[in-house]
Amino acid sequence: MTDRSPTEEQNVDLARRRLLAGAAAAVAVAPGVMLVATGASARPKGVAADANKRWGMLIDTRTELSDWDTAIDACKTEQGWGGGNNPATDPQWIRKVAIRNKSTGAQATFPVMCQHCENPPCVDVCPTGASMQRVDGIVLVDKHICIGCRYCMMACPYSARSFVHEPVHNQRPHMPRGMGTVESCTMCVHRVDKGQQPACVEALQAKGSNAIMFGDLNDPKSEISRAVSAHVTRRIREDLGVQPSVHYQGI
Amino acid sequence: MAAIDKTTYQEIAGNGSDYLSLIGWLGVFVAAGVAAAFYMETQGHVVTGMTNQIVWGIPHVFAVFLIVAASGALNVASIASVFNKTTYKPLSRLSAILALALLAGGLMVLVLDLGRPDRLDLTYLKQNFRSIFAWNIYFYTGFFAIVVVYLWMMMERRFNKYARTLGITAFVWRLALTTGTGSIFGFLAARPGYDAAVMAPLFIAMSFSFGLAIFILVVNVTYKSSKRPLGDVISFKLKNLLGVFIAAVLYFTVVQHLTNLYAAEHAGVESFILLDGGAYTLMFWIGQILIGGLLPMALLFHPATGRTSQGINIASLLVIIGGFVQVYIIIIGGQAYPLEMFPGFEVSSSFFDGAVHRYAPSLPEITLGLGGIATALLIVALAVRYLPILPASLADPIAEKQPASE
Amino acid sequence: MRLVTRIFSIALVGFTLAMAHSAPASAAEDGSKVPMPSPSKAFKGEQCVEPVETMRRDHMLYLKHQRDDTLRDGIRGEKYGLNECIDCHATKSPDVAGGELRTIEPFCGECHAYAAVKIDCFECHTGAADDKPKQSSSLPIDHGELSDKAMLMSMMENYLDKGATK
Repeated sequence: MTDRSPTEEQNVDLARRRLLAGAAAAVAVAPGVMLVATGASARPKGVAADANKRWGMLIDTRTELSDWDTAIDACKTEQGWGGGNNPATDPQWIRKVAIRNKSTGAQATFPVMCQHCENPPCVDVCPTGASMQRVDGIVLVDKHICIGCRYCMMACPYSARSFVHEPVHNQRPHMPRGMGTVESCTMCVHRVDKGQQPACVEALQAKGSNAIMFGDLNDPKSEISRAVSAHVTRRIREDLGVQPSVHYQGI
Repeated sequence: MAAIDKTTYQEIAGNGSDYLSLIGWLGVFVAAGVAAAFYMETQGHVVTGMTNQIVWGIPHVFAVFLIVAASGALNVASIASVFNKTTYKPLSRLSAILALALLAGGLMVLVLDLGRPDRLDLTYLKQNFRSIFAWNIYFYTGFFAIVVVYLWMMMERRFNKYARTLGITAFVWRLALTTGTGSIFGFLAARPGYDAAVMAPLFIAMSFSFGLAIFILVVNVTYKSSKRPLGDVISFKLKNLLGVFIAAVLYFTVVQHLTNLYAAEHAGVESFILLDGGAYTLMFWIGQILIGGLLPMALLFHPATGRTSQGINIASLLVIIGGFVQVYIIIIGGQAYPLEMFPGFEVSSSFFDGAVHRYAPSLPEITLGLGGIATALLIVALAVRYLPILPASLADPIAEKQPASE
Repeated sequence: MRLVTRIFSIALVGFTLAMAHSAPASAAEDGSKVPMPSPSKAFKGEQCVEPVETMRRDHMLYLKHQRDDTLRDGIRGEKYGLNECIDCHATKSPDVAGGELRTIEPFCGECHAYAAVKIDCFECHTGAADDKPKQSSSLPIDHGELSDKAMLMSMMENYLDKGATK
């Protein structure tokens, strides 16, 4: 990904979209599955986010390892991060974490990103209110008023946030990013507001994987609600009481 | 109420080449610090040693050290005003000036390290009162305001009668301020090295100790260089007090680590600091405990060294070095130890999960920190030159029985 | 009291002198001074979302108000978005990206340099128009209401083209 030129990225994008078109057509055969599943629909103009919704994700860790690269690459393309050469300071909105049980040796690999907590410590500690939570549960950084103090990064239990250490160029029009502010996964809020799914979810579905499921956790009929109520899921550091919106299955 | 202060306060001459070169050098360091901050702001924090894992670096060590010391430096004035200890009264003005100067230096470093220092106005315009940071903005500006008025009441004879009220207000305020500073760390539940209520009292003890150590050094150096008499009585009282404060810091350090050891989930970070953390373990035992605690205690209370100004000066210097190391261990060490996202698991990722994070401070950020110290010292140097801050004499009889001077 | 009066009169005289001295400079008639800004005509469209006079005076208020609505409350599709400004006002300039991209910085920069008001919008926002990947937002997975930006844009362009030929 790193050495690809923008035009190449676009070509890949296009190819992916063509694939997606196919996938969507395939889904249409099984009517309504995807449409109702997420509980997502575009909000009309001028209407604020819906406080009755609570967007969340369910990540199935027992999938092909390559899925996580697909998801991460989709995020980079969509949001315009990645491609630096300073591993310690380059932002990472989503990353692949490998764990191994010290006593049994069991292993798992899965992505970790902003967990969009219901009680987000990053929002509590932010002095200016730049670190914020939308009424539908999505946790964002309002970069207009972020002063770059990094207290949110100190408070986050998941190392989900990155500080922009260098000047940024060629941002995506829907995703402003700038030096001296903090950033993290937005759950593709710009797409969710249009009734679409986050880029990582869509990219996985395009290759036929359901490793990440997205939807409204408050809607009992949504696919994700049914999934998390059918099987026990785990949320990272649940003991902290922050109530993450991202569930994991298989760890 | 309190006896009328008959001490003669006098500006230092400040014409000698020593004084001018001191001012010159401090000016150079202040300018270098500001230039370093400008460089960091234009190039981005990539030119510092800070990363996405060690998000607060050496600037924060300098800043927290100075802010903590600032509230402690006010203690001498508090003891005089609040507890009516007349011995300390002549030094109250210096105590207040030093407190203001240290806070200014610390805040300068803290603010200039922000990712967007140009947006400082937002800290007033947009505030989230669930954030201890937002509270601290009021603690810090309030401290400035109260201490300035306090200083004024002390220096204007007509208003001397209000000095005690202001002194009490300042004393309560500085306790709140240090509690707020300690709570920056104490509330971080996700970080095993910080999550403890003892952080607040520990920071208060640290402020008493660091602030007094700096105060003693400033007094001894200014009196020696301006050739003013400085008696043993005041010196020995101050050094005994410093000894007590060092002991208090050691006590709270023991409590901090013992309570953390008792909580099984914090065993990892404890053994990292105390046993196998490499440089951090070394810094803890050699820097914080030996140099910052045991050695100065021995120097202060040993009959041979505790009664000489060199002994007291060296002990104060050691307290300052040890205190700086202690803040370093709290801030950097607490971040270097990885977050426990999956207790009981080995964790690895491209984002350095599960690994001890590396940090090497870069020249610009150290320069910024030194600029903060230079700013504080410059304020003190100018204040004692242009304002009647320092008593003309602190010789024993005068320090003990103030009415003697006129 | 007398002292105050004196300070005031000195200040007044000083101010008058300063004004008299600087007045010819502000006229900017000789080429050496800062010229009056002449922002370029919009790349497309004939009519802004508000009358030009209103926009010149209040555009920042509109933008600031809507940025909070959008980001913090999730209100989308209102008319005062920065991306909408860019869509119409971005122009090609040899100074920016070698004239390859259509960007709004020259348009904004003209008056902002004159008024010496520094803006930091483009430290985070791209000022470049989203011309090339039009299809990028027309994702096939789109469901629900048609809020498809590409569709909207082509409709708008159509309309504008017709308007222009009139």
